Amino acid sequence: MSTDSGTDTSTSRVKRGLAEMLKGGVIMDVVTPEQAKIAEDAGAVAVMALERVPADIRAQGGVARMSDPDMIEGIIGAVSIPVMAKARIGHFVEARVLQSLGVDYIDESEVLTPADYAHHIDKAGFRVPFVCGATDLGEALRRLSEGAAMIRSKGEAGTGDVSNATTHMRTIRSQIARLAAIPADELHVAAKELGAPYDLVAEVARTGTLPVVLFTAGGIATPADAAMMMQLGADGVFVGSGIFASGDPVARAAAIVQATTFHDDPDVIAKVSRGLGAAMVGINVDDLPVAHRLADRGW
Amino acid sequence: MTGPDGPLVGVLALQGAVAEHVAALAACGARTRAVRRPAELAGLDGLVLPGGESTTMDLLLRTVGLDEPLRTAIADGLPVYGSCAGMILLADRLVDGVAGQRTLGGLDVTCRRNAFGRQVDSFETDLDVVGLDEPVHAVFIRAPWVEEAGGDVEVLAAVEVDGGTRPVLVRQGRVLASAFHPELTGDHRLHRLFLDGVARG
Repeated sequence: MSTDSGTDTSTSRVKRGLAEMLKGGVIMDVVTPEQAKIAEDAGAVAVMALERVPADIRAQGGVARMSDPDMIEGIIGAVSIPVMAKARIGHFVEARVLQSLGVDYIDESEVLTPADYAHHIDKAGFRVPFVCGATDLGEALRRLSEGAAMIRSKGEAGTGDVSNATTHMRTIRSQIARLAAIPADELHVAAKELGAPYDLVAEVARTGTLPVVLFTAGGIATPADAAMMMQLGADGVFVGSGIFASGDPVARAAAIVQATTFHDDPDVIAKVSRGLGAAMVGINVDDLPVAHRLADRGW
Repeated sequence: MTGPDGPLVGVLALQGAVAEHVAALAACGARTRAVRRPAELAGLDGLVLPGGESTTMDLLLRTVGLDEPLRTAIADGLPVYGSCAGMILLADRLVDGVAGQRTLGGLDVTCRRNAFGRQVDSFETDLDVVGLDEPVHAVFIRAPWVEEAGGDVEVLAAVEVDGGTRPVLVRQGRVLASAFHPELTGDHRLHRLFLDGVARG
């Protein structure tokens, strides 16, 4: 989108650039303007607006959708940091609505009930940038090919069990390292195996990194969880149910922010982990029936 | 390119686009140090405050006790360059901050946060800069602008908005600030401009 004055909005650099500015920070799930304000005051770099936190979606069941526009507007009005909001996988009209409401990023999210089991949203045609979940490098590159400007590991949302986020971060990291190590003439088959466009595979092999920011998400409940994800190579952290489903959201939010910045300093993590009250009640991912595993949504 | 003789420049590393500034400074021959604790300010020849969220940085600056040492260092003449959120941190006066948000100060300007609007209004454009022959390609992301500048503040670049002129690159003594992100483009001329000031001491 260009104007006569040579000024361009919604370019790939501008879309990816906002994610660069969020690095080293914590993005917190909120369902009300009051929660959004608490998150901002605790040092969140952005908030994620959704109708129910993943733990409640699990507990209550039913179809989970985009949040009420009134609620999103209320959250946009309550805080000055970026506001993200979730649309269902493939639901391009929910995404158009979120763009029209003025959100700063759309999360095409497996936490909500998918609207299309074959196609993700064609994201390149939107003015607003998208973040998408991934369990491995191939999935991440497929989302980038569709126009995503930021990737997050999926983890297993709403469980407080960080093990899947760990698996996804380690998988993505080791797949990138492998691409950077193999001969160039093996990249074609690597692209086939990853199910990802060759050009993106070759770019990752050349640079040794994803071309966009990689956050982590799904099951982060404690300051130590956040710090571990940063040490595994995440650029930043999404915390969903972990804050507002815990005993003392204000203290826990601020503690996770500090643990993310000082992820390599166990003294700081020990200090901020004291006296936080109860963490969210967790569910072991292994105990979840396969049909209830959100990370399997999207492809 | 980082030589043993280059100036030692800190990059505030509480949150934000730290790595990009480190890379740009290193490409210009500076030695760099990530700064998250007061002790890490010792011996610096200059400091960069990166883009990120100014509210998050303000909170962490106070939590770790970096705010007062930084105020003192800037007041004592440490060369500083702030981009975007860094410009906000350097402004003496802030409009549209959150309740209770503080800045470090050092730059006699009133800065308006998120002045250009939300993310869909973020943009990139070519910008004429005083003292540079070719325009700088500037990336503005939920960027601030300078609403008012004191008499000692040089305006090095500005953009036209709704018929008005808004400064987006300013300098006052050893303090340099941009509303945009030269660290995202691979053009290191503004980092060199800052390092020239560091070298003059």
